[in-house]
Amino acid sequence: MTQESSTALKTGQMFINFGPQHPSTHGVLRIALTVEGEVVVKADPDVGYLHRGIEKLFEARNYSQGLILTDRLDYVSAMPNNLAYCLAVERLAAVQPPLRAQYLRVMVSELTRIASHLVFFGTFSVDMGAFTPFLYAFREREMILDLFEMLCGGRLLYSYIRVGGVSADCPAGWEEKCGEFITFFKPRLKDYDTLLSFNPIFKDRTANVGRISAAQALSWGLSGPNLRASGPDYDVRKAEPYCVYDKLDFTVPTGKTGSCWDRYYCRMLEMGQSAEIVLQCLDALAGTACLPAGRELPPGEIMAKGVPKILKPPAGQAYAHIEASRGDLGFYAVSDGSPTPYRMHVRGPSFLNVAILQEILAGCKIADVVAVLGSFDIVLGEVDR
Amino acid sequence: MGIILDNLPKIERLPGGGIALTTADFLINWSRNSSMWPLTFGLACCAIEMMAAYASRFDFERMGVFPRPTPRQADVMFVAGTVAKKMAPPIIRIYKQMPEPKFVIAMGGCANCGGPFYDSYSVVKGVDRIIPVDVYIPGCPPRPEALMYAVIKLQQKIRLMKVKNGHGATPLQSAGARKLV
Ligand code: SF4
Repeated sequence: MTQESSTALKTGQMFINFGPQHPSTHGVLRIALTVEGEVVVKADPDVGYLHRGIEKLFEARNYSQGLILTDRLDYVSAMPNNLAYCLAVERLAAVQPPLRAQYLRVMVSELTRIASHLVFFGTFSVDMGAFTPFLYAFREREMILDLFEMLCGGRLLYSYIRVGGVSADCPAGWEEKCGEFITFFKPRLKDYDTLLSFNPIFKDRTANVGRISAAQALSWGLSGPNLRASGPDYDVRKAEPYCVYDKLDFTVPTGKTGSCWDRYYCRMLEMGQSAEIVLQCLDALAGTACLPAGRELPPGEIMAKGVPKILKPPAGQAYAHIEASRGDLGFYAVSDGSPTPYRMHVRGPSFLNVAILQEILAGCKIADVVAVLGSFDIVLGEVDR
Repeated sequence: MGIILDNLPKIERLPGGGIALTTADFLINWSRNSSMWPLTFGLACCAIEMMAAYASRFDFERMGVFPRPTPRQADVMFVAGTVAKKMAPPIIRIYKQMPEPKFVIAMGGCANCGGPFYDSYSVVKGVDRIIPVDVYIPGCPPRPEALMYAVIKLQQKIRLMKVKNGHGATPLQSAGARKLV
């Protein structure tokens, strides 16, 4: 931990280890800070404290076993990980999931996005010294987890989206419960605004802190809300629609200044959009949305026909990427015709979001380090893999 | 004292007075197990379930479990998640920084034995290879209720500790099994 000794530094400069055990690092990230008085001169993110060798482990598992590893990448929002993996493998094996499964996939991804942004809302407010929003955020999150539990039995890690479809159709009463939750949830967003978003102390601590220009964000490869807070409205759901996103009506919220507050507020707005998407999907499942003739969604049709238990995709490669809760998540799969992948590469958004810290943190005050780090909403499981 | 004395074993009330007699073991163990302060320390996925346990629905605080950010104020460490080889030295260091008596709960398959990463090149296959563990919770991830059950189990264990035995809950611990080399 202390390879860099403080004797090598100039007078007046001090070396501080931020992490790996620190309540605000959201896991086990270490940032080696060099400070001069209150100001950070140099910041070096040190990743790898949660390196589990997931990419290598894919090569020792067959395609359906590999699915459970994807849950454990970005464990705060597990569904989109399943989805990206399955899309890549489906592309490789030329499998087309049925339409109902696609709607269910979109729905659970958007519910997960809400749950994940709620965790961000809660932990970010705790980082800023406000504990109450955390309790509200987790109250709502537990409701989403209840829905998932009804659907597939898991609370946190689901493996619900499978290659070729989803593992189960929604049980009786699930759709009503989901509708009830959205009706309950939408007004809560206003509560959050009054609770935290426009609180003067919170705004003082986050607005104009850790600003990222659009050019900077693009050149560091940011994606997701972190990129959109700086201005560019790149969203994979719009740019390269997958599943049924091209049939759904939603907007992509963007920020202006790229400050911590913008990143925060982008996520709050996204939750509202996700709620809209879920409602539209519910309509489609109930058959009230105008689907083309003969394209209604019969219950029970959730798995593509003829997907073998042990999948052996033909030799080749495929890449699929989606808009996960934290940004552009991609899976690159290479097959050599055997039951296990030859190579599985993950393009994790959090990893790239961590990289920009070294540029943004230099020049910040020490107290702002936590604000900047919290506003990126990184998940170390995905950074270190 | 904040507890209903009459219901507890080993308590003797002197007639007519506000004086109660008990054993030192009982008093020490009672105060120890009623306020288990864990270290705020999440490693991976299981830490999210640990957070959920602190939050609204499960409300861990009613059991006297209140997270502390520094190891020096903590009684118990929840090892919630995968222990990567790079993280092992800091964990030992954190463990050494905790004041005695200290307890460890290994939460989830990863902390027990490596879990889904049992064949990974970079994962420590069980945190008990580096620090002593008091209670193991199976699951991937264990539900918050399971974490609460583990704390109840740990409290039962603490009630067995004896000053005479050097504060060990088991003969093995009294003989110094808790000590790190
Ligand atoms: S036991 Fe499962 S949930 Fe817990 S840290 Fe390991 S992989 Fe994650």
